[in-house]
Amino acid sequence: MVKRSPIQFIFLALITVFMFSCKSGEKKQEAQEETVDVDVSQLDEEMFKNINEAKEVFYSLPSPLETAMLVKSAGAGYDEDLLNPVDNATKYSTNKSMALNLGIYTCDLSFASLYDQTQASIDYMNAAKKMADGLGILDAISQESIDRLEENINNRDVIMDIISETFMNSSSYLEENDRTAIAAIVLVGGWIEGLYLATQLVPDTANLETNKLVQRIVDQKLSLNIILRLLNNNKDNPDVEAVMKDIEALKAIYDKIPMTASEKVTTSTDENDVTTIESSSTYKITPEVFKELKEKVKEIRTNYIS
Amino acid sequence: MKRVLTLFLFISAFFVFGTQNVQAQCKGFAKNVCKLELVPYTHDGNYHAAVLTEGEEAELYKTFYSDQEYRIAVCGSDNLPEIEFSVVDAAQNVLYTNKDHDYKKTWDFKLQASQQLKIVVKVPSRGDKSKEPESGCVAIMFGFKVK
Repeated sequence: MVKRSPIQFIFLALITVFMFSCKSGEKKQEAQEETVDVDVSQLDEEMFKNINEAKEVFYSLPSPLETAMLVKSAGAGYDEDLLNPVDNATKYSTNKSMALNLGIYTCDLSFASLYDQTQASIDYMNAAKKMADGLGILDAISQESIDRLEENINNRDVIMDIISETFMNSSSYLEENDRTAIAAIVLVGGWIEGLYLATQLVPDTANLETNKLVQRIVDQKLSLNIILRLLNNNKDNPDVEAVMKDIEALKAIYDKIPMTASEKVTTSTDENDVTTIESSSTYKITPEVFKELKEKVKEIRTNYIS
Repeated sequence: MKRVLTLFLFISAFFVFGTQNVQAQCKGFAKNVCKLELVPYTHDGNYHAAVLTEGEEAELYKTFYSDQEYRIAVCGSDNLPEIEFSVVDAAQNVLYTNKDHDYKKTWDFKLQASQQLKIVVKVPSRGDKSKEPESGCVAIMFGFKVK
C-alpha cells in the first residue's frame, strides 16, 4: 500500500473537484444550448398539442394583401409581366379555378396598388370582381367599391382599405354560407401567388443566406402546417384534396430547409406601447433546394392560372 | 303526416336562417365595430368571428413576420363580459395577456424573428347561476403597418 502525505491528498482532492466542476460546467452549457435553439418542426408539434380544448379553432393564413405587402417590404421590385394577365379571367369557369384566381387576382391587385400602379389596380379589381361574381359572392366587390377605388386612385391608404374590405366581404360571405372549402382555396391561391412573385423576384446573384426576400420565402415554412390544417378541415371536398396535394409537395421541399428558432423569448415595450418580441431564428437553404422550390411553385401556379 | 312535414320544414328553416342571421350579425359587428379598433393599422382583410357563450374559448393560429408591426384586436358584443385574450408562442411562453392590462381590446407588437403564435380568447363566465349564460359575437382581427 502506498502511503500518501496530507499535501498529496489535498492536491488529489483539488484535481478531482476541478475535473467534476469542469464536467458539470460542460453539461450545463450543453443543456442551455439544447434549449436555446429548437427545430421549428418540433415547436410546431408543441404548438398544436392541446388543440381540441377550444370551442372554435381558426387557422389564419396571410391574406393576399398581407402576402403582397411582405413581398414589397422585403425590397422586391414591381414587374407587371409576372402577374396573371387580366384577360385570363374569362377562362375560369369551375369553382376551384375561380376561387384560386380570386386569391391570385387579389394578391396581384394588392401588389399593383402597393407600387402605385393605378391602371393595373383598377384592372385587377375588375378581374377579382369577375371571380367573386362567378362564385356567387353577392356584392363582395360592388360597383360602388370600384368607383371608390377609381376616385381615390392616388390615395394608397384608401385603396388598401377598399381591398381589405372587399376581401373580408368575400371571406365572410363564404363562411356564412358554409362554403369554407372555397374560402380556404381562395386563401391558398393568394398565398401561392405571393410565393410565386417572391421566388421569381429573387435576383440570380442573391446571397441565399442574407437576402431578405429569400428569408421571407423560407419563413413560409412556418405557415405550411397552418395551411394543411385549414385544408384538412375541408378535405371531403375534392377540390381541396387536389390543392392539398400541391401543398404537401411544397412541404416535402421545405422539409429540406433546416430552420431553428430560439425557445427563449423576452419582450420589451417602447414609449409608443409597441411590444417587441425578442427572439432569433436561423435557416440554411442550398442553391439546389431553392431552385427546386422555385420550379415547384412555378409549376403549381402555372397550373392554377391555366 | 303533412303536419309533421310542415313542422320539420319550419324547424329546419328556423335553424338554417337563424344561424345565418347570427353569422351575418357577426360580420356586421366585425366590420363596423371591431375593425375600427385597428386604426391606424391596415386591416389584413381576413375574417375571424364566431358566436361564443360565457365560459367558452376560441384559439387562432397565425404566423407573424419579422420587422412588421402588427395590431391584434379582440372584441366581444355588448352583452358579453369583457373578453380575455392572451398570446402564446410555440414553446408555450405567454407573451401577453390583456388580463394584466385592464382587458384592453388591442395589443401592438413586432417581432425580431418570424414565428407562429397562438391567440387564446376566452369569454369569462359571470358565475351567476340564476341566469342563463349569455352568447354573442367575438371577433379577432389583425392589422399591420404598410411599408
